[in-house]
Amino acid sequence: MKIHISFDMNTVGKIILQEQMDKLQLEYSFTNTGEFELQEPVPDDKLKELTLGLSKYGIEILENKKNILVQKIKDLIIEMVYMDDNIPTTSSISSYLTDKLNYAYGHIAHLFSSTTFTSIENFIKLQKTERAKHLIINSDLTCSEIAWKLNYSSVAHFSSQFKNVTGLTPTAFQRIINKRREFLMEEIQYEINNNIKT
Amino acid sequence: MHNQPISILLADDDEDDRLIFKEAFDAVKMKTVVNTVNDGMELMEYLTDDRNTLPHILFLDLNMPRKTGMECLIEIKRNDNLKEIAIAIYSTSASEQDIEETFVKGANVYIKKPSDFTTLKNLLEEIIKMNWQYQTSGLNKDNFLLIR
Repeated sequence: MKIHISFDMNTVGKIILQEQMDKLQLEYSFTNTGEFELQEPVPDDKLKELTLGLSKYGIEILENKKNILVQKIKDLIIEMVYMDDNIPTTSSISSYLTDKLNYAYGHIAHLFSSTTFTSIENFIKLQKTERAKHLIINSDLTCSEIAWKLNYSSVAHFSSQFKNVTGLTPTAFQRIINKRREFLMEEIQYEINNNIKT
Repeated sequence: MHNQPISILLADDDEDDRLIFKEAFDAVKMKTVVNTVNDGMELMEYLTDDRNTLPHILFLDLNMPRKTGMECLIEIKRNDNLKEIAIAIYSTSASEQDIEETFVKGANVYIKKPSDFTTLKNLLEEIIKMNWQYQTSGLNKDNFLLIR
C-alpha cells in the first residue's frame, strides 16, 4: 500500500525546535525562518545539549560569522605571541592579520573591538604579558632575557608595560605568586589535618 | 555568543558605597546585573544558597562587621563550588600588606576605592573588561593579578 504525503518543512522544523527547547525548559520565540530567539541567556552546557538534540534531526546551529572571524583573529595573535624566538612586533602582527584574513585592517579592528570589549592592540599587549607571566614563573629567564625574547625594545619598556597591564612590577608579581604557592601548600596540609581529625 | 549580561556581586557594609557602586555600573556600557549584600555573613549565605546564580566577579570590601572580607576570601577559596569566582578586593586601604596578603590568599584584583565618580566608573569598566578577557580568551586565571 502506498500512501502519499506532503509536508511543510517549516512546520516540521518548528515542531522539532519546540520539542527540543521545551525539553530543556528554554523560553523562546521565533523571529524568522532559520532563526529564533531565546528569552534568557543560556549556559554553555544547555546550549551544547540543544545542539546535540537538534543534530539528530540534521538541524545545525550556525555560529555567528562575526564570532568565527574574531576567534580566528585571536588564534592568529596567540600563535604569533607564542612563537619561539623574536616574536613579531605589534605593528607587524597587524599587517600579518590583514594578509592572512584578507580584510582591510580597519574592518578587522572594528569587528574585534565591537565584539570583545577590547582593541587588537590591547589584546596583543595582554597576551604578551600573559606569556611574560608564564616565563617569569616557569623559567629561569631574567627580565632582560624575557624582554628580548618577547621583542620589547628594552627591559625598561617591558617592565613599564607589565606594570601598566597588571599594576605590578615583574618582581612583585613573581614574589606574590611564589608566596601564593606556599600558602596553597599550607592549605592542602590544613585540609589533610582536618580530614585526619574527623 | 557572548550576549549574556555579566553578573556582579558586591559585599560592602557601607550603604553609600553600595549605591555609588550600582550607579557606576549603570553608567558602564556593558550589560551587567549587579547584586549587593551588606556584610560577610550575608555574603556567605548568598553564595552557598543554590537558588542564587554565582557572580562572574565578586567585589569584596575588607572591613565588614560580623565577618571580614579576608575571612570570606579564605572561606571562598576553600570551597570547591566557589573558588573559581574572580575576586576583586574593593577597599579604602591601599596598604602594601593588605594588597599582598589578599593576593596570596587568592584575590585577583585590588582596587582602592576612588573618591570621584568618573574615576570609579572607568575603573570598574576596565576591571570588568579585563575579567572578561580572562573568561573568554584562554588566559590562565591563576596568574590574574591586577592592582588599580
